[in-house]
Amino acid sequence: MANDTNNIDSFVNRRYEHGFITDIEMDSLPPGLDEDIIRALSARKKEPEFMLEWRLKAYRHWLTLKEPEWAHVHYPKIDYQAISYYAAPKSDADKPKSLDEVDPKLLETYEKLGIPLHERARLAGVAVDAVFDSVSVTTTFKDKLAEAGVIFCPFSEAVAKHPELIKKYLGTVVPQRDNFFAALNSAVFSEGSFVYIPKGVRCPMELSTYFRINAANTGQFERTLIIADEGSYVSYLEGCTAPMRDENQLHAAVVELVALRDAEIKYSTVQNWYPGDENGKGGIYNFVTKRGDCRGANSKISWTQVETGSAITWKYPSCVLRGENSVGEFYSVAVANNMQQADTGTKMIHIGRNTRSTIVSKGISAGKAQNAYRGLVKIMPQAHNARNHTQCDSLLVGKECGAHTFPYMEVKNPSAKIEHEATTSKISADQLFYCRQRGLSEEDAVNMIVNGFCKEVFKELPMEFAVEAQALLNVSLEGAVG
Amino acid sequence: MLKIRNLHASIKGTEILKGLSLEVNAGEVHAIMGPNGSGKSTLAQVIAGHVDYEVTSGSVTYQGKDLLDLAPEMRAREGIFLGFQYPVEIPGVNNTYLLKAALNAKRKHLGLPEVDAYEFMKLIREKMKLMEMDPSFLKRGVNEGFSGGEKKRNEILQMALLEPTLAVLDETDSGLDIDALKVVANGVNTLRSPERGIILVTHYQRLLDYIEPDHVHVLSGGRIIRSGDKSLAHDLEERGYDWLSEAVSA
Repeated sequence: MANDTNNIDSFVNRRYEHGFITDIEMDSLPPGLDEDIIRALSARKKEPEFMLEWRLKAYRHWLTLKEPEWAHVHYPKIDYQAISYYAAPKSDADKPKSLDEVDPKLLETYEKLGIPLHERARLAGVAVDAVFDSVSVTTTFKDKLAEAGVIFCPFSEAVAKHPELIKKYLGTVVPQRDNFFAALNSAVFSEGSFVYIPKGVRCPMELSTYFRINAANTGQFERTLIIADEGSYVSYLEGCTAPMRDENQLHAAVVELVALRDAEIKYSTVQNWYPGDENGKGGIYNFVTKRGDCRGANSKISWTQVETGSAITWKYPSCVLRGENSVGEFYSVAVANNMQQADTGTKMIHIGRNTRSTIVSKGISAGKAQNAYRGLVKIMPQAHNARNHTQCDSLLVGKECGAHTFPYMEVKNPSAKIEHEATTSKISADQLFYCRQRGLSEEDAVNMIVNGFCKEVFKELPMEFAVEAQALLNVSLEGAVG
Repeated sequence: MLKIRNLHASIKGTEILKGLSLEVNAGEVHAIMGPNGSGKSTLAQVIAGHVDYEVTSGSVTYQGKDLLDLAPEMRAREGIFLGFQYPVEIPGVNNTYLLKAALNAKRKHLGLPEVDAYEFMKLIREKMKLMEMDPSFLKRGVNEGFSGGEKKRNEILQMALLEPTLAVLDETDSGLDIDALKVVANGVNTLRSPERGIILVTHYQRLLDYIEPDHVHVLSGGRIIRSGDKSLAHDLEERGYDWLSEAVSA
């Protein structure tokens, strides 16, 4: 037994692998938030007037809002005046024209993260928009995408080059007034990705964004907008990491998806922000608003997320099923270990006829972590024959963690069919002994059982990311059994 | 191959094994019989290294090594297999996955190359034929929704695949109908060889009609109170355990 305990300790004490800090000169705004900061930020980004007005409107509304307290998470009050709302690697001020001009240290950072930006490198087939603190470093595969008519670029570039699309769609899925963090993001977002897939186009490759928070005391407020025009298809993946820092860092992103008639968007996330140490010191506060609008008939939006990082996760990727026969899906694996807190789930809002939604949520709690699923299924009066199936499973590893399920249902049409299944299970000592008796180590046994538990979600991820997600999960849970 | 000397073991402070000694040589089949609560399953669990059991004194050596020093997975890789009385269900984990991981963990330990998916499927199909199992079983979760008989067959299938040096089968016959019993016995008999030791923990003589033991031991009160050849099992069948327990205390 003593030997087992040693093993467990060594795993628990394993360091966060992506916790390096890149030492480059930053051009950042001083901490604090007021209209002048927003004006300065907008000016740095050389934004048109309409964008600045939009930001200011959001900011003025944000001032009237209170931070939400209903989530099953606990953290000290955030001082929004202590955060810097803009940080850019300084060398970026004179705009690199190609990869050769990008600060080698920055490229090195991405190498460490395992995402080489060189187009012919191992990411062949995946176009990456890498966001480093507040600016997009480069977008790969631009030419090939342009050929197909696909627009995939940093958000600020879209504001400059495609203002008509921005004006038409920005804030139409997640309004500025949606919630506290969405309003804050609308006021101060500094970068993000923009995707437009034209009518009838099947995007020729997986699109991907890699976010990284590097600078200390910086908030990252990225904004992603994806528009799939009629009959188009796109699969999009985002990955996230942050260095280890003792202070908590705020990440308040907004993601808006619009699927028009017969269009499909598949959005996958592998989130591995720094979760803080085993005593709960440091880590990212991940307060994110993600929503997809199935605006046209027969459209489909599918969210798949693997959440292993962040000190606190507050996130409910949702679907508004407006178009007839539209389909919303949510597949989630949320892992909380040590002192992590997760309050995550989804909202499926059925408005159109014959709309269908599927929710598969797998929550894994270990250490002293608290993991909550919170989901809303809402059937509006005009949504005839709406269907929902929800499956919500929790797996507990060890004795000190908690799993909570908060399902909400609002049904206003009697033809709706809604199913909800929920299970809670534990990795039992008998299961572990059985596996060990067959020659597997305890860690391998835990990994095998956890991966079995998550299988339904992993199979929804693009192949290469499913492998990454599985590996990440194994690292996140190592030593979780006591 | 296995030498147990004056073994004392307890669970949660209650002593179950009270000075048990047993020696199993390669090529032998030993049957351990005895009434409920006599310590049969405890013996099986202690050999496999279950963490809930504490060995308070005595020794167990296996192929010259101190077995009590080894973690459960190391014992398994060294060739000890326990067929569980109540095999646990592991939902969502594919049978094939567990079997392949188990086989490769052992091969790696022995310095052999790991088998790839193709070789593995060939091997497992062969073993499944022996156990008269349907191929669809490979796609199911480990013991998930299996009947009692299917679970026991699965145990023997794993044994056939892992080819242990010492197999301990804990009441593998309980809950089996006669057809399933024959299949299981056939699986065990196929594995009998001069290099292997087998310990059958059983309640009933019935299993021993199909797997003929070289030695029969009667366990009572945490100790072996009588050892003999297969005729001892027949005597027990006729006269029950009380006869022996009384004979010992008299």
